[in-house]
Amino acid sequence: MYLNFISFWANFWDALVSSKGLFIEASQVTLALTAVSIVIAIFIGLFFALMKLSNIKPLEWIANAYIYIVRGTPLIVQIFVFYYGLTEVWMISGFWSVSLGLAFHNGAYIAEIFRGSIQSIGKGQMEAGRSLGMSHSLTMRRIILPQAFRRALPPLGNQFIIGLKDSSLAAFIGVSEIFAVATTQGANTFDYMTWLLVSAVYYLILVFILTMVVGLIEKKMAAGDE
Amino acid sequence: MSNNMIQVNQLHKYFGDLHVLKGIDFTVEEKEVVVLIGASGSGKSTLLRCLNFLEMKNDGDIFIQGKEVNPKKDNLNEFRQKVGMVFQHFNLFPHKTVLQNVIEAPTQVKRVPKAQAKKEGKELLEKVGLGSKADDYPSKLSGGQKQRVAIARALAMKPEIMLFDEPTSALDPELVGEVLQTMKDLAQEGMTMVVVTHEMGFAREVADRVVYMHDGKIVETGAPKDIFENPQEERTQAFLSSIL
Repeated sequence: MYLNFISFWANFWDALVSSKGLFIEASQVTLALTAVSIVIAIFIGLFFALMKLSNIKPLEWIANAYIYIVRGTPLIVQIFVFYYGLTEVWMISGFWSVSLGLAFHNGAYIAEIFRGSIQSIGKGQMEAGRSLGMSHSLTMRRIILPQAFRRALPPLGNQFIIGLKDSSLAAFIGVSEIFAVATTQGANTFDYMTWLLVSAVYYLILVFILTMVVGLIEKKMAAGDE
Repeated sequence: MSNNMIQVNQLHKYFGDLHVLKGIDFTVEEKEVVVLIGASGSGKSTLLRCLNFLEMKNDGDIFIQGKEVNPKKDNLNEFRQKVGMVFQHFNLFPHKTVLQNVIEAPTQVKRVPKAQAKKEGKELLEKVGLGSKADDYPSKLSGGQKQRVAIARALAMKPEIMLFDEPTSALDPELVGEVLQTMKDLAQEGMTMVVVTHEMGFAREVADRVVYMHDGKIVETGAPKDIFENPQEERTQAFLSSIL
């Protein structure tokens, strides 16, 4: 039993070290999926958050419908619909269809994060801007959104981490990211446990880096906080 | 008519079913300091907020400098540049420094070059006694300092009228004086001012005219001496004896 335990971890360590090149390459794919999908999702989220707050009923309905559909269906279904749906009409790689699927998915959650943080800024800020002769959109852009973004950062960071881990679903449509490489290695060696743990190490490292980056941005934007 | 800065005819305002302004007739002349007094809920803040269209009137006419303002047709952003406003809760922009607060609207709305806006902004901050705080964030300031920055910020747009909505009500008592002093200085320079306040000392000393409101109507208006020493209306007498 004891020897088994030792040999398992020795084996794990060998696997971790020997597969370094393979997994660093896969990590780059995971990071690219995450970065592309999150950047697009931020724009989608902001767009739908502003629609929801527009006080124009049809726009609110569209935003609500979008959020309802995304939150009401599994991510894996959304990714497959994007993959089969998009490749049907458009020559698009697996990487891009997953990126767009993830962006579509995270955009809904980010829309709700932005909506909440925009609503949390007191209405006195908008009134102050308007009383100085600034237009609604200028006040939104210069006064409300910078403060709202600052407040949105902690939940956004959370959502980014979820997005990073959800990018593992790209494995199911053949994108060679971390989880895909781990299962391939597992199948080749009949040793799934070792390779799944190796993939876990890479996810932990990436989440650690992402957490640090969000923390730095938070610190940088903290100017003026009470 | 020519030196009427503000003229309001038969102004009505509803919040849902609540009738908060019930036919207000009201004028402010150039360089005049008008103080609105009355119990809370009497409609004085709402009247003030109607004057720069933060609240939209339901009925009646509002003339600014002899020109009728139609909120549906006219560019309110342009018009609001002429009417500065100071709020009870300051509403400074917390993510900007004191100087950035002051130059925000001139640079963004009037397209004043940044160097010039900064120079003028610093002068305004000197004027309200806060030249040394230009690079601090509002969170570092006391309430009285915040309110003086808010006054400087409104003045940076070079308004022709200043509206004050209970500017000292949120302040600790020892900080009220510095804000009132800044307002007095402004009045002495000839600024046209409409002030909602509970500071009767300020009203007595600085106002050219005091307007007493009750239940959405103007009950009595007159020189401070007349209103405070010889109020004609029973309601005014009751209000004044309750607070003085």
